Amino acid sequence: MSVLARLARTPEGAAGLVLLALPVAAALAAPFLFPADPLAIAGPALAPPFSDAAFPLGTDRLGRDVLAGLVHGARASLMVGLAAAFVAVAFGALVGTIAGFSGGLADEALMRLTEAFQTVPGFLLALAFVSVAGGSLPVVVAAIALGAWTGPARLARAEVLSIRGRDYVAAARVAGMRATEIALREVLPNALPPVLALSSVIVANAVLVEAALSFLGLGDPNLITWGSMIAEGRTMLRSAPHLSIVPGLGLVVTVLGVHLLSEGLAEALATRRARA
Amino acid sequence: MSAPLLAAHGLSKTFVAGGRRAVALDGVSLSVAPGETLGLVGPSGCGKSTLARVLLRLTEPDEGRIDFAGAELSALKGERLRRMRPRIQMVFQDPLSAFNPRATVADAVGDPLRIHRLVPRRERPAAVAALLERVGLSAGLAGRPVHAVSGGQRQRVAIARALATRPEMIVLDEAVSALDVTVRGRILDLLVSLQRERGIACLFISHDLAVVRAVSHRIAVMDGGRIVEEGLARQVVAEPRSPTARALVAAVPRLAAGGGI
Amino acid sequence: MSGLAVALSGLSVAHAGAARPALSGIDLAIAAGTRLAVIGESGSGKSTLALALAGLLPDDASVEGRLAWPGLGRAPLAGRDIGFVFQDAGASLNPVLRVGAQVAEVARVHLGLSRRDAAAHARALFRRVRLPDPEAAMRAFPHQLSGGQRQRVAIAAAIAARPRLLIADEPTSALDTIVQARIVSLLDALVREDGMTLVFVTHDIALASGFADRIAVLDGGRLAEEGPAAAVLSAPRASQTARLISGHIGLDTPPLVARAAP
Repeated sequence: MSVLARLARTPEGAAGLVLLALPVAAALAAPFLFPADPLAIAGPALAPPFSDAAFPLGTDRLGRDVLAGLVHGARASLMVGLAAAFVAVAFGALVGTIAGFSGGLADEALMRLTEAFQTVPGFLLALAFVSVAGGSLPVVVAAIALGAWTGPARLARAEVLSIRGRDYVAAARVAGMRATEIALREVLPNALPPVLALSSVIVANAVLVEAALSFLGLGDPNLITWGSMIAEGRTMLRSAPHLSIVPGLGLVVTVLGVHLLSEGLAEALATRRARA
Repeated sequence: MSAPLLAAHGLSKTFVAGGRRAVALDGVSLSVAPGETLGLVGPSGCGKSTLARVLLRLTEPDEGRIDFAGAELSALKGERLRRMRPRIQMVFQDPLSAFNPRATVADAVGDPLRIHRLVPRRERPAAVAALLERVGLSAGLAGRPVHAVSGGQRQRVAIARALATRPEMIVLDEAVSALDVTVRGRILDLLVSLQRERGIACLFISHDLAVVRAVSHRIAVMDGGRIVEEGLARQVVAEPRSPTARALVAAVPRLAAGGGI
Repeated sequence: MSGLAVALSGLSVAHAGAARPALSGIDLAIAAGTRLAVIGESGSGKSTLALALAGLLPDDASVEGRLAWPGLGRAPLAGRDIGFVFQDAGASLNPVLRVGAQVAEVARVHLGLSRRDAAAHARALFRRVRLPDPEAAMRAFPHQLSGGQRQRVAIAAAIAARPRLLIADEPTSALDTIVQARIVSLLDALVREDGMTLVFVTHDIALASGFADRIAVLDGGRLAEEGPAAAVLSAPRASQTARLISGHIGLDTPPLVARAAP
């Protein structure tokens, strides 16, 4: 049975898949459902939700469609979250793998660097980076990854070190396998799955950091995101709470879905290991 | 006795972990003649597994020298060491952890053939099938993941892998300790018949003196990182001289049909 | 000393997701004071039987049949009425607690002793299981002890509450033969002194033959045969028993290699 099939069989995994289906479908369908710019004024200002069939979730104080914002926001959140997690895991796994394989001075240096990054809270790091480099999409992605790569790096190093000591690596050496092939065929394929399992947690965290950055007005100004929508709605929390609640719900569903999915993934991987 | 195939002189190894020093090998010398089985027996922690790993160049000794087939094995490096590897092979204790969790039986047995370019790619499946059949496995097992076959079959795969390069010597580190007794007997029969057929020298390591005695020409008894006694298998069992050998002889469970001590 | 310690009738155990049941239809009566060896190969269900007796089966196991405890008249408490020694003593001891405290804790919980009395009890137990330096062992953490010493501590913990039944599940298979012989003679002595019932699970029929009164042979989850040790060993009825006996390698087994070096 494949990991995906087992994932769908765990209660957490199934719930996560169902929850995530909403934002993912919204993100994919956004340009077809709402081809117009979601930042453009579409109708009367501050229409309450469920009052106008053209704007099911109402409009904000500039008359922008909240539903269009929600759907396009899913696109931005998931894109930034996935991209940041990808960069963080790829970079972290690379650093950790090099440290684990090289050992000695290189390992020491890389691990001290990792610890240096770990001592600074990831959000502070992202904040500082964006304020210096400006709020464009690649900068936001890099900023979030900057605070998230240390976990994968440490895990990758620990896995590589543990697998290097296993009997099957010794057996590969006895068989005369070259060091590069041992690294690529024996060690890495077995060291990376736990690191990849960690990536879903990083996606959830990246979505939240992105929302926080845009809430503070540090995101990409040309992109509508849930964070920026909440920030705009904040001033009218009493008179028009839906402006904050709707994107807030989007965040909750996405982050919860990713978390459940990662729980299920961990369980599915664990059963595979137990059976192996 | 003919000139030794493998000769170790004064091997020493001390592990340092967390400020504590553990002497694993303390001046070990031994030799194995071509086609001979030397049994190495001793209590846990006596250093026998470290000795196996040092002889295979998996762990570097602090001191000492290993000669194998006329070359100084302990001095070989890089490509020259790699080219020597096919001639001395190893079978590990735990057949589960000795295989990549992703490997199929064909990968495990075919890897040595591929690595040392012993058999062209097209002829490899046939060569793998022949090896599997020689160790008593069906060639149909080739496509199965190693982790999906039974423990006894897996140890046969391990033996097939060790045989693939037609080695002159195999080091077996507790190779039958994890097996059921009925499977163990068949694996020991297989090892002895392979040795007879191909003239392979063996270093057979175990904590069980009775098993070592059954398959060895000579026996070396190890304790505290040293070889404390060495002699013909019959001698060591019948007239043990060292306290360790005497304790090992006394500890072998006897099948007492009477019951009760 | 007479009477039944436990009677199993039609005991079947199936683990969730397993292709076949771990145990099927086991009928077995264990008389009080017996030393019973349960012998089988891997997958024979011998460990499942030990866990079922102790009430330690995992939650996902489905159990059919009956366990009756006539001598007790109630369901036994694991730890109080039944002592259990696992194969891997390292895994059954808490790595961050001193072993003296762990053994004393058992006595405190099950015998209602005060802290001081429980510690004294543990110290006495450590002397009984012949730990080389009982005082030092009291203060040691599991990782500071050797495998054999850890198994002695585990045995001390298992008998701390003075159980009537001691179950040892392959207590020596992780140990070398020298330590194995010592642990077996220790178990034998403890059981004799206290008149405990012993269920000793092992794959080694020769090891069992040294001290067991009765032998039960399991094969593929079924009870192949059960009877007095001498009878089972000298005239095995089940083919599996005969296989186990012929698979034994002792110092008198004919060697497989020619005696002289080639």
